[in-house]
Amino acid sequence: MNNLIPPFNFQHVFVAPWTENISTFGWTALMGFLVAAACGLVGNYLILRRMALVGDAISHSVLPGIAVAFLLSGSRGSLPMFLGALAAGIVTTVIIETIHKQSRVKQDAAIGIAFTSLFALGVIIISLYASKVDLDQECVLYGEIAFIPLEAPVRFAGLTLGPPTVLRMAVVTLLTGLLVACFYKELLVSSFDPALAISLGINAIFVHYALMSWLSVVVVSAFESVGAILVVAMLILPGATAALLSQRLPVVLGLTLAHAALSAVLGGHLATWLDCSIAGAMVVMGAALFCLVWIFSPGEGLLRRCGDMVVSRWLPRRVGRAD
Amino acid sequence: MTDAPPLEIHDLTVAYHKKPVLWGIDLVVPRGKLVGIVGPNGAGKSSLIKAAMGLLPLSSGWVKVFGEPVAKNFRRVGYVPQRESVDWDFPVSVMDVVLMGRYGRLGLLRRPGKADRDIARECLEKVKMLPYASRQISNLSGGQQQRVFLARALAQESDLYFMDEPFAGVDAATETAIIALLHELKDKGKTLMVVHHDLPTARNYFDMLLLLNMRVVAFGPTEQVFNYETLQQTYGGRLTILSEVAEAVRAKG
Repeated sequence: MNNLIPPFNFQHVFVAPWTENISTFGWTALMGFLVAAACGLVGNYLILRRMALVGDAISHSVLPGIAVAFLLSGSRGSLPMFLGALAAGIVTTVIIETIHKQSRVKQDAAIGIAFTSLFALGVIIISLYASKVDLDQECVLYGEIAFIPLEAPVRFAGLTLGPPTVLRMAVVTLLTGLLVACFYKELLVSSFDPALAISLGINAIFVHYALMSWLSVVVVSAFESVGAILVVAMLILPGATAALLSQRLPVVLGLTLAHAALSAVLGGHLATWLDCSIAGAMVVMGAALFCLVWIFSPGEGLLRRCGDMVVSRWLPRRVGRAD
Repeated sequence: MTDAPPLEIHDLTVAYHKKPVLWGIDLVVPRGKLVGIVGPNGAGKSSLIKAAMGLLPLSSGWVKVFGEPVAKNFRRVGYVPQRESVDWDFPVSVMDVVLMGRYGRLGLLRRPGKADRDIARECLEKVKMLPYASRQISNLSGGQQQRVFLARALAQESDLYFMDEPFAGVDAATETAIIALLHELKDKGKTLMVVHHDLPTARNYFDMLLLLNMRVVAFGPTEQVFNYETLQQTYGGRLTILSEVAEAVRAKG
């Protein structure tokens, strides 16, 4: 057993990250939070629209997008990557819609067709031009946060700001928050009742494509750190956990951020202890939080449900329910 | 502007996957009428109001609302969709849903303000749902859900309303309350197009009936349109419905 799990050292796992190792731990945890927060906010709307699978699809089809963008521009700068991802996201959305509407194929099957084909295309492009495309397939799939503190920090006006990847993600996360706040009512009504949205003069189709486009931007910025597979967890876990705790959208959005922060910090600690993939540890902690909430949620947690069942079975008439 | 009819439809054809569901619809609905849209399942009742509101692509023809294309006049159109068309587990309160009715009047980046909340409260009061304003919508009964949708439509403050089966699955008290509200709206000069599936009550509820079965079978004042011949044309040879119709006609006579 000792060989399988590294010894637990409280000083090393919980104290050192906040003292002597704060410069590395701080940046990785902050990056984890920013990624989970941006993904979680967008993910909430995917969950509400029952499009969680579309998030999965776009996170994969971004791969050919950035591969093509790299081949065309020859650079790995942020702008070509963003544009490539954006184009891939929109193409995926269009393909899914077109297959779904113009044939008898149902939407879930259409999603399965669109993203796997595009992802395969990306795999071919990368393996064909492996020498030219400076994309590490492993990094694309699993991501790597650990290198972020090693990046040369951005300096501006004499101030040392921080690693460029973190700054870029911070901008994306802030913009995500801003967009959700500014277009709250459009997103709300077009998610709840698209027909009503259109009859109110709100272009629900445009909102749909805008959401998908922004999802692509968020996914491509999260890509480097968490990869194409774990980003799906970041999209769904925070919102799904928050939805178990509240039935008010503004509260759900707030709890999403709390879940993002907690899973980033706890994941950081777990990764310090086990010396494992940081993104993996963050997702595992995010899932652990989900399970905790699922079991202990005061409203309709598993415990509460079991309790209700026991009460109704064993105390059928003597204890009348108050309501 | 004032002379233009609330709803004018000319040569409207709508098709799903190349199968027509509505064919050559011509219709001019006068102002201040409560119109029931009646027809068998699959007759295109919902499609007609969706097409009229611009929610469905038209294969041919045009729709005018108060003399303008509906996209230009969307503020004058209110909508009550079928209750099952939305997810009632959605994390919003009754108040939030009613406020959605105000969204069409708010500009981009604008939030509903105090005036909008006051209007929403009035509308909830009219359907006797004000005590439930802060409830989560999944904790409502079917009849209450329908009242919330109605309050939302009232909050739209429109002149022409489209309602898709507002009486489906509601309790008797709600049905009475809804019909009273519809008459109240009509008396204020609003025009209401209501999809309805229950023939016997259709005769008592509506001023005018639109009998629909892919085409307009008949459209006119209820007492003129509601007779055995037109109903038979609408419902075809379906025995159970025909006996129902016969009974309804007998009840009338």
